[in-house]
Amino acid sequence: MTEALLDVRDLRLGVVQKRATLHAILKGVSFQILPGEAYGLVGESGSGKSVTSLAIMGLLGKPLSVTGGALLFKGQNLLDLSKREMRRLRGNRIAMIFQEPMTALNPLATVGRQIAEMYMLHQGKGRQEAQELAIEALASVRVPNPDRRAKDYPHQMSGGLRQRVMIAMALACDPDLLIADEPTTALDVTVQAEVLRLIKDLCAERGTAVLFISHDLGVIASICQRVGVMYAGCLVEENETKALFQDPRHEYTRGLLGALPQLGSRSQNGRRRLVDIDSIIADRSKLTETSFIVPRRPQGGQA
Amino acid sequence: MSGPLLRVDDLHVRFPVSGAGLLGSGRRMLHAVNGVSFELAKGECLSIVGESGCGKSTTALSIVGLQEPTKGTIRYRDQPLNGADAPSRLQRAKAVQMVFQDPYASLNPRQSIHTSLAAPLRLHGVTSASEISDRVEVMLNSVGLTPDQAKRYPHEFSGGQRQRIGIARALILEPEVVVLDEPVSALDVSIRAQIINLLLDLQEKFSLSYLMISHDLSVVEHMSDRVLVMYFGQIVEEGGWQDIFEAPAHPYTRRLIAAIPKPGFSSDEMAQKTDPTPGLPSGRGFVSDGSNAPDVFVAPAPSELVEFAPGHRVRLSPAD
Repeated sequence: MTEALLDVRDLRLGVVQKRATLHAILKGVSFQILPGEAYGLVGESGSGKSVTSLAIMGLLGKPLSVTGGALLFKGQNLLDLSKREMRRLRGNRIAMIFQEPMTALNPLATVGRQIAEMYMLHQGKGRQEAQELAIEALASVRVPNPDRRAKDYPHQMSGGLRQRVMIAMALACDPDLLIADEPTTALDVTVQAEVLRLIKDLCAERGTAVLFISHDLGVIASICQRVGVMYAGCLVEENETKALFQDPRHEYTRGLLGALPQLGSRSQNGRRRLVDIDSIIADRSKLTETSFIVPRRPQGGQA
Repeated sequence: MSGPLLRVDDLHVRFPVSGAGLLGSGRRMLHAVNGVSFELAKGECLSIVGESGCGKSTTALSIVGLQEPTKGTIRYRDQPLNGADAPSRLQRAKAVQMVFQDPYASLNPRQSIHTSLAAPLRLHGVTSASEISDRVEVMLNSVGLTPDQAKRYPHEFSGGQRQRIGIARALILEPEVVVLDEPVSALDVSIRAQIINLLLDLQEKFSLSYLMISHDLSVVEHMSDRVLVMYFGQIVEEGGWQDIFEAPAHPYTRRLIAAIPKPGFSSDEMAQKTDPTPGLPSGRGFVSDGSNAPDVFVAPAPSELVEFAPGHRVRLSPAD
């Protein structure tokens, strides 16, 4: 029986003002990520997938606040940690990559320096050694000419290269968990394929678990072993990736799959009309409260 | 009607880039579009696919008249759309319209939807207020909005509704050709399905011809009759949607299709597929396989589009 690396238990969060919850955003989300596992959260805008990741990172800003549940990381509740302890964990044991690398990188520092900072901050390395490690890190994310590229500023790099720099930074301290929030949405398809492959290979090599957030079911399928489907602040279905796509149980998951034109389906079945999710979910509010499937436990997890 | 609705012949677009030389000497030209030719038939959906910077949007902008081509001709019903005999913008607007990617950026925030939709009608000489109202109402109904929503402003609508308004505005002058520039890529999955369904319904209802620009190959496969694959300003492959998706011949097309993450299975087979597509003339290679970016500041190496199966053409190195 493997113990979960991250155990999200009945996480609730909302817009809180004067201790009163004005608007519930997450209505009790539970899932587990095993060590080394890639877990995907998929859903449309506003389904609550990004705030889930921000809550794990402890980066929720006012007026959002966690109103219930627990976030157990290696058995320790992240919600109980002080700001200082959280800062030590963030970037070190839990790292994150974002959709738009340009806004996440400092435009005034070379990328080499920004990566080196990770080693100096979290591992107490000296400047010289950290620089060398940064160049190695750039090489590991397959940036050509890493020693020269380390002297570049973010604006001198293409979107794909910047995302590689983000990955190098995130993986610098060999974190246990990498949170990737739509990391390839802004990229061209062939670059996206390269970056996905890179994340997949590096995390498999180092045994890093991944929480991968995307609205694109295809991207999730190519990288994750298990998937959770989010809708309106609830996890409506969770299963192993293959099983979820072959045999979706929840009405919403079925709708989401039917709403996408899938490559190859027109030659097999002719052009079918795409499913309009709004019309199958006549009453969205009813769906969220009552009818969702109880999430299945990961294999080997405690029942 | 015989012949194509729209015919583009040897279209070139070059942009001057400030060069290294003093006093403008040694001014470099960026070759954005290099000799693109195609035809669009009545009622057809033709898609141009390719990655950022391949010239697909520049091609589209030339057709709607927002970018003057450096060379080449664009003809609509055998009348030139560019050059000295080009029609005025007003005349062109009746023939070709465009739906933009970001519906929020393409609607005037200070105009109600009614004003936005009525403006083109007024410009084209419809003066009767009741006729304008009638036509706006009919158009809003056809795109799935209600006539009473005409009084509202763009910010009061969701992304999907705004794209419906963008479509209504493109169609209100009853053009025959509609250029769709990434019409659904800014939209959420569920909304995307609704807009795709709507576009296909409208195409049938008004027998529209679509020229769609997209990088999303699954949407392209779903909607298109024919597909052009562009790479660095040139068409590298052209064919019916089945040719392109079931028997892609050019290595770049194959890489593009292989790069699409698909739910259900991994997609490495297509990338590793190196066997030539049946019917390719032997002894002639591809000029570029799309893995190394060519220099955009020089004209591309000579090559030609070769038709090797009916309607299926691929770019090969010139015959000796």
